[in-house]
Amino acid sequence: MAQAQMADVQDVRVDRPAARLSLAHVLVAFLAFGIAAIAGLLQGLVRGGVITLPKWLNYYEVLTAHGVYMGLVFTTFFIIGFLFSGVARTTGGSLPPAGLRLGWTGWWMMVVGLVMATVTVLTNNASVLYTFYAPMKASPYFYIGTGLLVVGSWVGGFGIFASYRAWKRKNPGKLSPLFTFMAVCTMVLWQIATIGVALEVVLQLIPWSFGWVPTINVLLSRMLLWYFGHPLVYFWLLPVYAMWYVNIPRIIGGKIFSDSLARLSFLLFIFLSTPVGFHHQLMDPGISPEWKFFHVLLTMAVVVPSLMTAFSMFAVFESAGRAKGATGLFGWFKKLPWNDVRFFAPVAGMIAFIPGGTGGIINASYQMNEVVHNTIWVTGHFHLTVGTAVAMTFFGIAYWLVPHLTGRQLTPAVNRLGLVQAVIWATGMLLMSGSMHILGLLGSPRRTAYTTYMNDPTALSWMPLQGVMALGGSLLFISAMLMVGIVLYLAFFAPKGFEEYPIGELDDTAETTPRFMERWSVILSLAVFLIVIAYAYPVIDVIQNAPPGSPPLRTW
Amino acid sequence: MHLHRYEKIWLTVGILTLAAFVIVAGINAFAMGAMPPSDRQMIDPTKVDQTPPFNQPGLKKIGPNEYDATMTAFVFGFAPATIEVPVGSTVHFRVTSKDVVHGFQIVGTNVNMMVVPGLVNTASHTFTKPGNYLILCNEYCGAGHQLMAAHVVVK
Ligand code: HEM
Ligand SMILES: [Cu+2]
Ligand SMILES: [Cu+2]
Repeated sequence: MAQAQMADVQDVRVDRPAARLSLAHVLVAFLAFGIAAIAGLLQGLVRGGVITLPKWLNYYEVLTAHGVYMGLVFTTFFIIGFLFSGVARTTGGSLPPAGLRLGWTGWWMMVVGLVMATVTVLTNNASVLYTFYAPMKASPYFYIGTGLLVVGSWVGGFGIFASYRAWKRKNPGKLSPLFTFMAVCTMVLWQIATIGVALEVVLQLIPWSFGWVPTINVLLSRMLLWYFGHPLVYFWLLPVYAMWYVNIPRIIGGKIFSDSLARLSFLLFIFLSTPVGFHHQLMDPGISPEWKFFHVLLTMAVVVPSLMTAFSMFAVFESAGRAKGATGLFGWFKKLPWNDVRFFAPVAGMIAFIPGGTGGIINASYQMNEVVHNTIWVTGHFHLTVGTAVAMTFFGIAYWLVPHLTGRQLTPAVNRLGLVQAVIWATGMLLMSGSMHILGLLGSPRRTAYTTYMNDPTALSWMPLQGVMALGGSLLFISAMLMVGIVLYLAFFAPKGFEEYPIGELDDTAETTPRFMERWSVILSLAVFLIVIAYAYPVIDVIQNAPPGSPPLRTW
Repeated sequence: MHLHRYEKIWLTVGILTLAAFVIVAGINAFAMGAMPPSDRQMIDPTKVDQTPPFNQPGLKKIGPNEYDATMTAFVFGFAPATIEVPVGSTVHFRVTSKDVVHGFQIVGTNVNMMVVPGLVNTASHTFTKPGNYLILCNEYCGAGHQLMAAHVVVK
């Protein structure tokens, strides 16, 4: 443990057992990503009117696969794999036995869940999209599969908590390593968030889909889903912020800006990211406008930690540039390692997050949501946030994480190929997401196969932009295939060697972090308190004053 | 915890901007009446065809230039499929679902709401320009979702 604190911190290696666990997660993630990218390409081409799917393949089956594989599988597997590696790396290089055991148990549960969900989706028995809105009823095994995926991720999270506890025991009174703290925060947020969807699946969907209960309370199921749906996006974002706060400073040769502010922003996410779900239900009947407005208010509050993050990033960039001798107001900009894919890909994602985040504020702006709700603008929005900011940061991580885990190296040639891959992704996304935003403002709906609404002139006028969307999707597909190829190369074929796992160091002048930041009982109580305020009354109301329930339906 | 001076400025400006957003939205909603559709009326989703007024979907004139449009959403259409009103009419749309969740969006207007079985949702719009407005379902509802549409003809 002590040597981890010494000068050669950058030589610390994630040891074999921890590396195998991490790699197992990352490889499943990229397998899912590759399959989902094929689905994404098909969607783009269908909507653009370029191809028609064969009779045996339903558009919504493809879209369900894309949503589940990208939104739930790629992200969750990658995040847990990355967090395990970073916890090991910042606590001396290994995971305690309990961490490894729980990690592998979680992995297996998630894989079994994934297989169940895949089989039901591919047999067209679960074409309900990744939000599975009742009363459309999928095969019960789809719900059980997704449930296992969630519970498996809990077990993985327990593995991270166990590793944190083990470190705390060995280092009494010491402040935990920043990355480990962030990993714990991410999994705490995930535990809190997934309670909603777990309740929906276990108490509502499974009994109802087996026919044990005749009807379902649709509005309650929507509330439980969206209780989960918003913090879900922060579950995607926090590991990305961890990478930006902790790994990027080292990659650009700078220092971490502020340990305490970084921790504070993560805690704010735990408090604020859950009690905001109604901003996804602004257009729903059955929820009073006052409660919707309250959730909108909290939604705006959760922007603040992102503003803090943005500030830290630019502060790190500027001080790193100036330390390398940059002068003038923007001289530091040129000193950044633009030709290093480990930096370039995440920063391209960061830039996409500026319009992405702005779009999010627009979506959440109460009645303004009427303009964009369920139009393809929304799809454009989250392809900028999760599809670019998050995905490109994951790419950037994979470029050093995978070779580090397998004892190989990111060669200059692969680095160059990586730059090409990132540029193609960014270009494809600019085209696809850009046209989606415009199309949405014109009124084109999301989650809709090719249609002209029987030659309606308005719908026909959307076609040229749908073509641009298809073109963007094709570029994205090319980039995705390159990425999968590169991950496989780095994992199994790249030259052997040592690839650094970059962990930023604190500025010597940084002040000490206040202790309350690791008082979990206080943190959790405050989080629960806010959730109770935001949800208790509406949920009780929707249970007690429920309309007659809905029987299950299969409409595909 | 110490905040850098620039960070203080940045966060202050950011928070004030967000506050301004919320205040504008709040005034717009609670003082000027631009609320998002949030009707709380309930209905048995399996008995829509027997429940007035949805047993007879259609357009009803309720005043000079003012109409009630009672509509049902179902896989994969709306009833009635076309409504006709004169330019300048205000139409109060009242919609419920006979089966799964649907969307109700009138392209080119701000009418956009979820139609959830068991509940009725409402929205109003004044049609100031003539035209053939497309109503479409913007929530996935099944294999024929992309065909689910209706029209408002404004003459
Ligand atoms: C190869 C790259 C990609 C392409 C070509 C692509 C294309 C598309 C298209 C065209 C849609 C909209 C279909 C519709 O609403 O009718 C869509 C939806 C979606 N995409 Fe992607 N996408 C890509 C990558 C990603 C990534 C990286 C993520 C997230 C990690 C993602 C997550 C989603 C989600 C969650 C949906 C919504 C599914 C739904 O509405 O149920 N996509 N994608
Ligand atoms: Cu949200
Ligand atoms: Cu529909």
